[in-house]
Amino acid sequence: MPTITDFLAEPIAKRALLACLMIGFANGFVSAFVVLRKSALKIGTISHSLLPGLAVAVLIAGLSQWSALAGAIFAALIVGLGSIFLSRTSRLDQDTSMGVLYTTAFAAGLLILKNLDVRQKLDEWLFGSIIGMADSDLWIAFGISAIAVITLTALQRPLLIYLFEPNIAASLGVPVRLLNYATFAVTILVLVSSLQAVGCILSVGLLVAPAATIYLLTNNARTLFWGGGILGALGSLIAFFLSYPLGWSVSATIIVVLGSFFFLAYIFSPKYGLFSRRRGVA
Amino acid sequence: MSHAASHSTKEHVCWGGGCEHAQHHRLEVVDLSVQYQEVRALEKISFATECGRSMALIGPNGAGKSTLLKSLVGLIPAESGKILWRGKPLTRSSHELAYLPQRGDVDWNFPITVRGLVEMGRYPNLGWWRQYSRHDADIVQRALTSMELLDLQHRQISALSGGQQQRAFIARALAQEAHVLLLDEPFTGLDKPAQENLSRLFKELTAEGRLLIASHHDLQTVEGSYDDVLLLRRHQVAFGPVAESFTPENIASAYDNCEQRTAN
Repeated sequence: MPTITDFLAEPIAKRALLACLMIGFANGFVSAFVVLRKSALKIGTISHSLLPGLAVAVLIAGLSQWSALAGAIFAALIVGLGSIFLSRTSRLDQDTSMGVLYTTAFAAGLLILKNLDVRQKLDEWLFGSIIGMADSDLWIAFGISAIAVITLTALQRPLLIYLFEPNIAASLGVPVRLLNYATFAVTILVLVSSLQAVGCILSVGLLVAPAATIYLLTNNARTLFWGGGILGALGSLIAFFLSYPLGWSVSATIIVVLGSFFFLAYIFSPKYGLFSRRRGVA
Repeated sequence: MSHAASHSTKEHVCWGGGCEHAQHHRLEVVDLSVQYQEVRALEKISFATECGRSMALIGPNGAGKSTLLKSLVGLIPAESGKILWRGKPLTRSSHELAYLPQRGDVDWNFPITVRGLVEMGRYPNLGWWRQYSRHDADIVQRALTSMELLDLQHRQISALSGGQQQRAFIARALAQEAHVLLLDEPFTGLDKPAQENLSRLFKELTAEGRLLIASHHDLQTVEGSYDDVLLLRRHQVAFGPVAESFTPENIASAYDNCEQRTAN
């Protein structure tokens, strides 16, 4: 077995390491929004619905980064908006509609992809394949990360008011609808980028766990964003170096490492941990 | 105070020591009707009041108290009728009207300190990107001071008592330099001393020239807390000074055949 330094000399390994850092940071950063919005479960359903989108895109336009990206965005929109439409036009609530819609879509996606000749890609999309990243993948990951961080930073002031109390936000003149669209778009984009790293089943973990951990440590919402980003990148980095000697899958290791951080904070957080006596007092 | 001068140049700022222009600061609602999905939530509400007064919205659950507050601040569009603030129709949100939600609607675990909450009030002045200036910090400081929250400013908001939480939200409205405070059930969930404190605070705020409109549950505490009362049950039952309009007959016609008369 080659040593870790030999491994890192490979361009493939360098790309994977860079991708881990960028995707981990972007997802961790956006996870602050997901946690404050309390939309973790919704993100989970949307991430699953990326699969049929990929399937349809491959079916129509063939296999390429851009068609996959377009398909994923399209699918997320269909399931997101479709569940709203279903709940408004029937007596079902949105969670129920979403539950039916996304599992159906996911299953249909599985069937389509199994019948196409993209067997290997299917596994990658389900569980991620950071080792197989090309230069173009890296650029897409970089672009998405930059868009996500810049957008959420630029919108931070109105966004935090909106997340705190939408009625107060609207009464202060915060453009609530614009924020909704912008943040939805950013969330979909980072979800798509995390497909590469962890796949669509585990991507929720990357988009929730970092900020959920920081949430137990801080009373400052801004810290949640940057702290989430740093923790996401750090967790991915640690997972990358753990997974190689242990022979574990990078994607699963990332999620397990981030989950371990979370449990450490849950137990030992000085302010909000299990053993903290002065909960809430800063 | 060094900033008194810069304030007085802004005609619309009601801060401390009464407002010179109170007589112009009139809020007039004419035949306001609001449709909420299939239901008519408010039917032809009309009243007029002005800075320096306080007003209770009284009525049973579902009478439209919250709806009226929300439509005054532009959160729910009016079906018909007019809302005139200082003689002009109120079409979009204005920093001059502050909305204070019910305690139950607030996520008290949100990672924000008292000071952070009060700083939110500066948003209409700052917009998305403008630098938070010394001037903004001074206004926030003054709002915290006048609500006696200075010692608690770095606490997370769940680590406050009910009365302190209510004061923190009022401080946010002050930082917003609002003339009109629209409060949804401000007394709910407060213990007796905190209620009395808040009642006193209302008097100070109106004495300084602000207009307070609050939905209110407890019929026992209307007298002594407010100047005017609007009794409603989707339609308007009565409006006027508490002494004249808060009569047993009016109360009965607002609550007739209703399950609860006094909550809490």
